[in-house]
Amino acid sequence: MSTMPAQEPITQTRTAAITAVDVRKSFDDDLVLDGLELTVEEGSVFALLGPNGSGKTTTVNILATLLDADAGEVRVAGHDVAREADAVRDAIGLTGQFSAVDNLLTGRENLRLMADLHHLARRDAEGRIAELLARFELTEAADRTLSTYSGGMRRRLDLAMTLIGAPEIIFLDEPTTGLDPRSRHTMWEIVRGLAGDGTTVFLTTQYLEEADQLADRVAILDGGRLVAQGTPAELKARVPGGHIDLTFADRGAYRAAAGALDAPARDGDSLALQVATDGNVAKVRDVLRQLDQAGVELETLSIHTPDLDDVFLALTGKPATSEPQTEEVSR
Amino acid sequence: MTTYAVRDSATMLRRNLLHLRRYPGLSLFPILMPVVFLLLFVYVFGGTLGNGLEVGGGRDAYVEFLTPGMLVFTIAGAAQIIAISVAMDMTEGIVARFKTMRIWRPSVLAGHVLGNMVLTAVSVVVLIAVALAIGYSPSAGPLEWLAVVGLLVLVAFALTWLSVALGLLAKSVETASNMPMFLFLLPFLGSGFVPTDSMPAGLRWFADNQPFTPITDTLRSLLSGEHVGRTGVVAVAWSLAIAAAGFLWAGYLYNRRPAR
Repeated sequence: MSTMPAQEPITQTRTAAITAVDVRKSFDDDLVLDGLELTVEEGSVFALLGPNGSGKTTTVNILATLLDADAGEVRVAGHDVAREADAVRDAIGLTGQFSAVDNLLTGRENLRLMADLHHLARRDAEGRIAELLARFELTEAADRTLSTYSGGMRRRLDLAMTLIGAPEIIFLDEPTTGLDPRSRHTMWEIVRGLAGDGTTVFLTTQYLEEADQLADRVAILDGGRLVAQGTPAELKARVPGGHIDLTFADRGAYRAAAGALDAPARDGDSLALQVATDGNVAKVRDVLRQLDQAGVELETLSIHTPDLDDVFLALTGKPATSEPQTEEVSR
Repeated sequence: MTTYAVRDSATMLRRNLLHLRRYPGLSLFPILMPVVFLLLFVYVFGGTLGNGLEVGGGRDAYVEFLTPGMLVFTIAGAAQIIAISVAMDMTEGIVARFKTMRIWRPSVLAGHVLGNMVLTAVSVVVLIAVALAIGYSPSAGPLEWLAVVGLLVLVAFALTWLSVALGLLAKSVETASNMPMFLFLLPFLGSGFVPTDSMPAGLRWFADNQPFTPITDTLRSLLSGEHVGRTGVVAVAWSLAIAAAGFLWAGYLYNRRPAR
């Protein structure tokens, strides 16, 4: 596993909320987790980033006691997930990829169900329910059944249900997949609020921007292993520059430009070239001058500063998915 | 975590009773369908079928013969519903949530079973009321009635657990609604609607040896105040065996970890 230079002097001032050591899991012959190692510090926001099928949901399911690992050791909130599952369950809350709400009940009834299952006293429960409904802007809709709820409301209720038991550690499996931009931003605000209260948040996402926005640490999962981890800034530092995207009107111009810039031409119908830069203006000017000299007509030019997408591409050799997709999950 | 067994089961029962109220399409069916079948069999087929009974006596005799069979049919019908509601529940993320909570693990299924027992009780009471209204006159005394209630509860419990297991086994709600189809057919292939000795040899052998026949015969004897005998033991043995098998199978399927 590759480690970050900045990671070496590990500070022991904060304790680990989650540790996983050499975790392996396969389904039939399909190896899904291949020696996963991770540590999440108490009170931090940790984002597990990876494409579909990389093992994100399997990881969450193992950490949240839904699934047994084949090998390895996992401790959550100081307890072993295999041997002390109930103690782990006392400390965690899970908001899964598929909404874990009861569609035939009202919002308030859903929260009351959770309060009852957490064995809260009736009076404490009603106060907590009212508080959560207000905090997640669901007070008005509280007594309607969920068939009238929007996707964003459903997701907020889902999270409110997770929070009823005041968990120390919260797992959010793709919390914003399928949400519209506004609901996504609301969800981000909520996650930031949780982190502000000292809750440890473990989230998975396919969206690099989301990890960038929310996480103290990001780990990139590919093929069942972490290929990198660090702060978003550390990861971006691993890709020194961005690139310039150039597109051309026709195949001839494209080939000429590829020759002039010594950039690898791709097969197929692509008319776009990518030239690596360290982000300075001189390089852009240089590219344009070279194209002029070769007499190539440029259609569009865009400058791309490095983001986690580039890190992802550099580390996994394939682009990150940006379209919302759902991973195949069965019970 | 057995400390909270009763409390968590009661919470889940409340949830399932709310489901029954919010989803009348599913909960009214097992209440109304047996009534429709009772009226259909009594008024359409009853005149002819009643004359074919050993005692003869047309429609009036057929009501007496049919009602115990309809009780079993009602319980089997209500049990079919549970497979659908369990399968629906398992496709929802909320069950995964329950599994990550420190609750009494069997409470999710216990809530389904208890909720279905309530639905079954309502269905049976409605059926008996309609049967009495159209002339059914059982001659059972209080002790026999107690035995009838006891056997009905046991049979309902057994078929419910079996159906819960089928609901857990089903990969989708659609298959879950087809799987317990045999529960609908079995009462017809037994002593519920006509005496088995009127059937062709092979079918008759099956009818005499399938569990619904001794259960129906026991109920019929109890309700008409006759001696039950060995059939009662067979009926109870079948019910206990089905209950145990359904319970263990359902427990195994529920605890099976998610595939991914």
